[in-house]
Amino acid sequence: MTNSRPWIPYLLILPSVAFLALLFVVPLVQTIWLAVSDNGAPSLANAERMVTDINFTRSVKNTFLLTIAVVPVQIALALAMGTMVAKVGRGRETILWIWTIPLGISDLAAGLVWLSILQNTGYLNSLLFGLGIIGRQASWLSYQTPVALFLAIAVAEIWRGTAIVMVIIVAGLNQVPKEFKEAAEIFGAGPWTRFWRITLPLIRPALQSALILRTVLAFEVFAVVYALGGRNFPVLVGEAYNWQNQNQNYSVAAAYAVLIMIISLAATLIYLKALKVDPERLP
Amino acid sequence: MTTDTISTAADTPKAAGFVSSRRWLLWSGIAALCAWVLVPIYLVALGALGGRQGVYIWPKTGLPTGMSLEPFILFLKTEGVVQSFLNSLGAAGITVALSILLGAPAGYALARYDFRGKDSYRLLVLLTRAFPLAILALPLTVSFIRLGLYDTILGVGLIHTVLALPFAALVTQGIFLGVPKELEEAAWVFGCTRIQAFFKIVAPLALPGIVATAVFAFVISWNEVFAASVLTVRNRTLTAYLLTVLSESPMHYRFAGGLMLILPSVVFIFAVRRYLFAIWGISSK
Repeated sequence: MTNSRPWIPYLLILPSVAFLALLFVVPLVQTIWLAVSDNGAPSLANAERMVTDINFTRSVKNTFLLTIAVVPVQIALALAMGTMVAKVGRGRETILWIWTIPLGISDLAAGLVWLSILQNTGYLNSLLFGLGIIGRQASWLSYQTPVALFLAIAVAEIWRGTAIVMVIIVAGLNQVPKEFKEAAEIFGAGPWTRFWRITLPLIRPALQSALILRTVLAFEVFAVVYALGGRNFPVLVGEAYNWQNQNQNYSVAAAYAVLIMIISLAATLIYLKALKVDPERLP
Repeated sequence: MTTDTISTAADTPKAAGFVSSRRWLLWSGIAALCAWVLVPIYLVALGALGGRQGVYIWPKTGLPTGMSLEPFILFLKTEGVVQSFLNSLGAAGITVALSILLGAPAGYALARYDFRGKDSYRLLVLLTRAFPLAILALPLTVSFIRLGLYDTILGVGLIHTVLALPFAALVTQGIFLGVPKELEEAAWVFGCTRIQAFFKIVAPLALPGIVATAVFAFVISWNEVFAASVLTVRNRTLTAYLLTVLSESPMHYRFAGGLMLILPSVVFIFAVRRYLFAIWGISSK
């Protein structure tokens, strides 16, 4: 376009820049300051208080374990969904719509959905009872069954969060030119070779987006955990919430927030480095 | 010749059997994954409509016995539910309006102009995606208390806009890129001003995509739990309300709340399903 009025694009982005500056950059700086200061002077007292808290180590461990358990399963499931749906002609739209339903479901609702299945008189116990595997109602979500509680939360997270990975990956798969696969087929590459050598490298940008988004979201896990396990399963965001709301200690809550930011940022950088993508194709 | 006929006759059913067993595998996989998504929603609906007795039936069958709308209506009549529902709608409305009003012009600028700082702007937007944004609600409580925005729907709407705005800017960029530049230029030739050309030519063509973006902004706000819970005390959104009453409410109320959270967003996702892949295809590129 003509450059007679070079200020036009700036005028157009100005409102959003001002908004993000006020409500993203400023609070970000505030959070960091709140976390590393005490009575207006730089101090590590909050970090110390956070680290020595009884739930700290458990919440770090739980959050990491959950992320490590959930994200790979989601990527694998999404890849399976993408390859399956590519082979379908009629009915494709309907199948994709059904698979994207969880995209609209909040983590709190997802927790409540799985609560209806996993609670003591719920459907899982009914099924196991019907099959003769358990004799009486088993409890899965109490602090006495940490492994079952962990699996329950992981399943609920996988159920809810796979949709977004699937959408990104299917969009990525749609951009892989058909000719590449056909050529590989002519040269005798089997389905597995084609998948590993052709498809995966070509959808790398989509994979990267999906991994970054899902990992950051996994570190933010909160309401699913709250709905299923209450406070039996401490996670980082949950601790931040408790420090803010129950203990009214904004500084320690901020320390948790900063920790989550650092972890998320580190994960993002690792993905950006590990899965090098042509900078042109970044979002 | 006879042997030939025999061997082909023997081959064909075998090959067909191989193909159909692969198809069978494919479709059972698809069916299993569809069930994986749908069955839990069906079960929570049973929990929501089965009421107090429904929760304690043992063992459960998974069949809709003793269903009625009454438990759900009773849940709606619980103090605070309708108000929090309206609060959620209000916060989502503010989020939609602000993220489109602020995000769409930015998307248009990114799609149509080359300017210094474009990459920095993109970086700012990208950066927001790498942070757990809801966490920003913590320091904002302090500022919001000072500004009188604490415990208001506007305050919740503002923080939800931080979540939805970067998304809106990226997505509308893709939508405006999809509107041919030539149409706009033709309008200028015929004497339209830039602004006229935008509203007469570009806006109508981009409208469906913008509506889809708005729906996504709505769903983002509707589903957000953490910021809404931290920033409100009395004027809670539905998610924040459910979170705070979670431990003391009976099971069937929790299921009713879950169902109530799910229904609107499922309807909305259905309405914009056509745009889902276009949108994420663009913003994940």
